[in-house]
Amino acid sequence: MADTRNPVENLADDYDIFDPEYVNDPVPAWADLRGRCPIAHTERWGGSWLPTRYDDIQALAKMVPELSSANPGPIVIDIPEEFRQPEHEGYNGASPITADPPEQTWTRRALLPHFTPKAIEPQRVYTEALCHELIDGFIGASGCDGAVDYAQQIPPRVIAHKLGVNGDMVDDFIEWVRGVLELGLTRPELRVKYGNIIRDFFATEVTDRRQNPKDDLITALCQTEVDGELLPDEVVIGMCNLQLVAGIDTTWSSIGSAIWHFAGHEDDRRRMAEADDALWDTAIEEMLRFYSPVTMARNALEDVEYGDVTFCKGDKILMNFPGANHDPEVFDDPDTVILDRQRNRHIAFGSGIHRCAGSNLARMEMQVALRTWFERIPEFTLADPGAVTWAGGQVRGPRILPLKIG
Amino acid sequence: MRIKVDAEKCEGHSRCYSLAPELVDVDDLGNAFELNDGEVPAGLEDKARLIVDNCPEFAITIEE
Repeated sequence: MADTRNPVENLADDYDIFDPEYVNDPVPAWADLRGRCPIAHTERWGGSWLPTRYDDIQALAKMVPELSSANPGPIVIDIPEEFRQPEHEGYNGASPITADPPEQTWTRRALLPHFTPKAIEPQRVYTEALCHELIDGFIGASGCDGAVDYAQQIPPRVIAHKLGVNGDMVDDFIEWVRGVLELGLTRPELRVKYGNIIRDFFATEVTDRRQNPKDDLITALCQTEVDGELLPDEVVIGMCNLQLVAGIDTTWSSIGSAIWHFAGHEDDRRRMAEADDALWDTAIEEMLRFYSPVTMARNALEDVEYGDVTFCKGDKILMNFPGANHDPEVFDDPDTVILDRQRNRHIAFGSGIHRCAGSNLARMEMQVALRTWFERIPEFTLADPGAVTWAGGQVRGPRILPLKIG
Repeated sequence: MRIKVDAEKCEGHSRCYSLAPELVDVDDLGNAFELNDGEVPAGLEDKARLIVDNCPEFAITIEE
């Protein structure tokens, strides 16, 4: 792997998605590249390609399966051969996100009915009560950490509730997910370690639900038949794994980024304190566009020509959805937050067959988390802007976010 | 005015359903389909244009 201590000289052939400057604010890098080298390349971190134009990213996301999501999967840094566990990869890994058709198709069809707008609605009441309870815990103080005390706490509890597992597992879930996707992104041995912890946990839960069915997602997946056969345990365990690795730090990043934005932009904060339903709808979409958290990766299964570049077999291509959403060819004044933006064809949840399966749940969580926050805490500012930290790489959002309340 | 949702292109983002439940519904997989054979009731033309402009898959079109 490249030595990451070398400063980045030229983004076009040496970008670094883990560089602190890029993590803190990637927008200038995308703007620079879009104008002169819209599909950049780097040798860092095992090598990858970074497209920056909306139209390219839309097209690349639809090049399936030649740009594959299956082995070795949608993470930019591969697991070294000595740590690999083929039985836990591909469609057993975290279907449908780690699969190509045809496995992607039947696993996705098994999962989607549980995440339609109507299917996620029962989680709303739970999420509202949860947000109030979290705010009760710090509203009497002069401040709180908007990421640690609030944003980070919501998705793991909602996911635990939907899966039907003990709410006491939340701190473990947070640790495991960070182990896989934050620390584990650049340290594959940690990704394997925490991945195994997650699989072991859900293996026990699946065995339990086979014998003791409950009214929860794990049971529903255990009872799902495809072509007359129940989903195998390995696939159900992988789908449960998906709930953690795709449904927690992603949504907490989006909630945290929005709170960070409003804490530092007084005019926007004041406007949201008096927002109606229509403004809330457009504002949440604008937060998703402007602060899109997720960058997926694909693997070229063969040499693929695209425009002026050739992706060679085995190359990684980053699905730079956040960069697409700042393309001036598609969005007027893309680097400005426009809370009532009417035309917003953003792809924060990806596009094509891998559109985030949990997008309806994530949007509900954002709505409830932000509306409840503004209802209870309309006045808040950054307590110490210099103390804010961001996680980046493939999921970007604030991890430390000290706020002053009132 | 009529709208048409291309079922081949729709991937279930649900933006249209969220913005205009008067014009579209979603099926058991979350994919959108037109209500009333796509006929847009008078007064909802702007909403029809809005869902066209907010579909990330370019799956909705208008036939005047």
